[in-house]
Amino acid sequence: MASKPARQPAQAPLERGAIPWLLAAAVATAAPHASHLPLWLSLVTGGALLWRGWLWQRNGSLPARWQLALLVIAGAAGIGWQFRTLLGRDADVALLVFFMALKPMEMRTRRDSMVVVMLGFFLLLTHYLYSQSIPTGLWLLGASTLLTATLIRLHGGAQPVAAILRYAALLLAQAIPFMLIAFMLFPRVSGPLWGLPRDAYAGLTGLSDSMSPGSLDNLIQSGAIAFRVQFSGDSPEKSGLYWRGPVFNDYDGRAWRAGLTQRSATPSVEATGKTYSYVTTLEAHNQRWLLALDLPLALPKDSMLSSTFEARAREPVLNRTRYAITSAVSYVANRQESPAVLRQALRLPPRLNPRSRQLAETWKAEFGSPEEISDAALRMFRRETFFYTLRPPLLGQQAIDDFLFTSRRGFCEHYASAYVFLMRAAGVPARVVAGYQGGEVNPIDGYLTVRQSDAHAWAEIWLADKGWVRVDPTAAVAPSRIEQGVEAALPAGDPLPVLVRIDTDWLRDLRNRWEAANNSWNQWVLGYNPERQREVLSRFGLSEPDWRSMTAVLAALCGIALLIVCLWTLFQRPTATPAQLAWRRFCTRLERRGISRAAWEGPLDFARRVEREHPELGALTREAADHFADLHYGTGKPEQVQQLKECIRRLPRQSPSTWRHTI
Amino acid sequence: MAILPTFQHWLFRLGRDEQLPIVLTQRRIFIVPTRSGFLFAVVLCVMLIGAINYSLSLGHALVFLLAGLGLVTMVHTFRNLVGLRLVPGRAEPVFAGEIARFHMQLENSHRQARRALDLRFGKHDSVSLDIAAGEQAVVAIPCPAPVRGHLDPGCITLSTRYPLGLFHAWSYPHPRVGCLVYPRPIETLLPAPVAVAHAGQRHGDRGQEDFTGLRLRQPNDSPRRIAWKAVARDIDSRPLLIKQFAGGAAEELWLDLALTPAASGLETQLSLLAGWVIAAERAQTRYGLRLPGRELAPDQGRAHRDACLEALARYGQ
Repeated sequence: MASKPARQPAQAPLERGAIPWLLAAAVATAAPHASHLPLWLSLVTGGALLWRGWLWQRNGSLPARWQLALLVIAGAAGIGWQFRTLLGRDADVALLVFFMALKPMEMRTRRDSMVVVMLGFFLLLTHYLYSQSIPTGLWLLGASTLLTATLIRLHGGAQPVAAILRYAALLLAQAIPFMLIAFMLFPRVSGPLWGLPRDAYAGLTGLSDSMSPGSLDNLIQSGAIAFRVQFSGDSPEKSGLYWRGPVFNDYDGRAWRAGLTQRSATPSVEATGKTYSYVTTLEAHNQRWLLALDLPLALPKDSMLSSTFEARAREPVLNRTRYAITSAVSYVANRQESPAVLRQALRLPPRLNPRSRQLAETWKAEFGSPEEISDAALRMFRRETFFYTLRPPLLGQQAIDDFLFTSRRGFCEHYASAYVFLMRAAGVPARVVAGYQGGEVNPIDGYLTVRQSDAHAWAEIWLADKGWVRVDPTAAVAPSRIEQGVEAALPAGDPLPVLVRIDTDWLRDLRNRWEAANNSWNQWVLGYNPERQREVLSRFGLSEPDWRSMTAVLAALCGIALLIVCLWTLFQRPTATPAQLAWRRFCTRLERRGISRAAWEGPLDFARRVEREHPELGALTREAADHFADLHYGTGKPEQVQQLKECIRRLPRQSPSTWRHTI
Repeated sequence: MAILPTFQHWLFRLGRDEQLPIVLTQRRIFIVPTRSGFLFAVVLCVMLIGAINYSLSLGHALVFLLAGLGLVTMVHTFRNLVGLRLVPGRAEPVFAGEIARFHMQLENSHRQARRALDLRFGKHDSVSLDIAAGEQAVVAIPCPAPVRGHLDPGCITLSTRYPLGLFHAWSYPHPRVGCLVYPRPIETLLPAPVAVAHAGQRHGDRGQEDFTGLRLRQPNDSPRRIAWKAVARDIDSRPLLIKQFAGGAAEELWLDLALTPAASGLETQLSLLAGWVIAAERAQTRYGLRLPGRELAPDQGRAHRDACLEALARYGQ
């Protein structure tokens, strides 16, 4: 209430009490980056902010500009050395965090502190480069509130912390309608607008473009979600859920690779049974293949079926993508296959794995048809002592021989690669298919969730009359892997994938709910791209919207929202003066005691009547009425409002009997 | 005829406010983004481009949330002023060269507090205040008073950047206020009192019996009549004081414009007179003021002093 000394708005020295707010805002906006920044930078940032807090507490003087300049150069050099560049995404984020740590060191005026707040707003955006999950969103909503509160503290002077935070939350709450409107209607452009730095999509997980021993088992340990599927109509049996990924043709004795694509070959698939339509939401994996139920018939646009029946997108999948596919579970694929493809499907590295070759030769001599050879191999896996484990022993130079005749322990990739090797050695065209098998239906939203731990590898052989036929040698060793999943197939004592281990019902239920929430978040918030926007807007009657009509609706709705905020904010005020308010309150209190003022009664008349009828309250009413009459009709002094309020306070407490009476 | 001033006059409603209290209505409040507001807009644009480029859906949401915050804060900055009532109070007279303080009573009948209201005259220093919900506050707005006479401070600039500093809202209330500015006093020795003409006594003769008060020492005063006790009591009072005694002759101290050197100019003359009035009041002598066309009979006391100074302030205006 008291007037303060004059101050110029921007160059005014920073109030001491505002500094903790600014430091808290700096911490809140920079802290989540600690999870991926180099440790030394996090320590430097934390140290700088702590130092600034200490200076604040001690009222110490800030470091000189040349000292800061040295620090900035040293830090930028350190970041450049760490990331080998200053222009990548991670390096730029590191620089921003570093500036956020140092800017408070030269925070002297209000303008400096505005720069800190703006930097904070910008830093908030950079978190989304790393995570757009619900917790990140909530944390950043909290951080925005803190930044807004900091601005309020900077421009409104000292107030109770709770009051500042409440006001900041109110402002943000009023901003939310604008956010929703603009989020829905702002014409979406599918990025990127220009070339992204090379490290933009580092750290995406998924199947890789080669398969070597151990390449899948890391993946299987991960509970991360690979993709989600929503079937329209029926879904196939769990044992039929083979999600086809990359196909591997070339074997070098160690790793399986895709090999050359045979351009001459054309894929042809004939469904022989039921077909299934579904929409898949694929997590970004930075590869071109789309996961499709084995085998896909109809593909989304911007993708094609390769000669090995892989659904391939035109560009690597860098963002979570939704696409609709129709597949057939029973099919005839490429009964006429090009000789080049078949040659490729028989090629083996020379002189490797002699014992396996010898075994295949005996089968070839013994059995006439490829089916019988294949059955012999599967029978071997089933009858002899092979084990399914995620912790196989290391294999030597002759990997297939070691596996088949010595260790006999492994999981899908070992069985698939050994089987394909044997088939090729026996003259049956065969290849390895990687992908996922199974999945789990989330009862909350009905989506089938397929995790990285469902990663799988199986084989395909080509039969002259049937085309390509899927053979899963793992099923021969551990049928439960296919029917129930990894956790059922593993022997007790084997380490389980972290998230797969959950077997308590309530935990599973909690996880299902959390993932369903995440899924809606992904579908509606993160997956809101130009296509989704068009789909949603057409549901609201805005068919074929272009940017012009969208902008018009956006502007109109924002205008309406602004009008509502205006009405809410501006026309809330009582038309009474403070004196009137206090007098009314006084009269209400009297009314609770059964003394009510008639509408036509002036304050002095009313006081006179109270003096007459209720002498115990007369003097007080007289005093209040005098103050009010002075204030309202005469030339009251401001302090009389206070005295009038004092009168309300001095009204004696109600006796219990009257209290009951009034209730 | 100048169109622009007329337009500004109409647009900013720069006329005097005759009706009291002055209520800040919608039309009287102006609002523009501040420099920080523009910076905020630029930051948002860059963030939007980043969000589009990296296809960050949540980034879009953040940018839109902050843009909404900008719009909302515009309304709130406006709210901080709208409906405010101003009742001008009085301004105590000051001497030229001092700073006049104009008191304003501000009433906030809103349910929310109004914070960080800045009030100033023209380009002068501002005062800032907060008013709680449903409360009143009195603020003294400073305005330098360089020249003698009546000071019209012009219109008040009442502005605010609360809550976020992104917008600057202001209004130009123009209450009918003014402040009397006395001449800047120049302290010199008091002139000698003059004997009342009809008494027929020798000029300069003073009584010896009854102590009547003190006056400033003049070079020809006897050291024996210096009020040493008074000097000792207040060592800082620069001029030595002389004890005055009544009895016998009737003398009157007349502070006359004619006693001041006309060559120094009217303002200096008035300043000298103002200095005398202050000195005479301090010496607790009775004194009269004589200006061409105006005469205040000898008297003493605060009211007389103010009347004399006001006469000096208004002289010739």
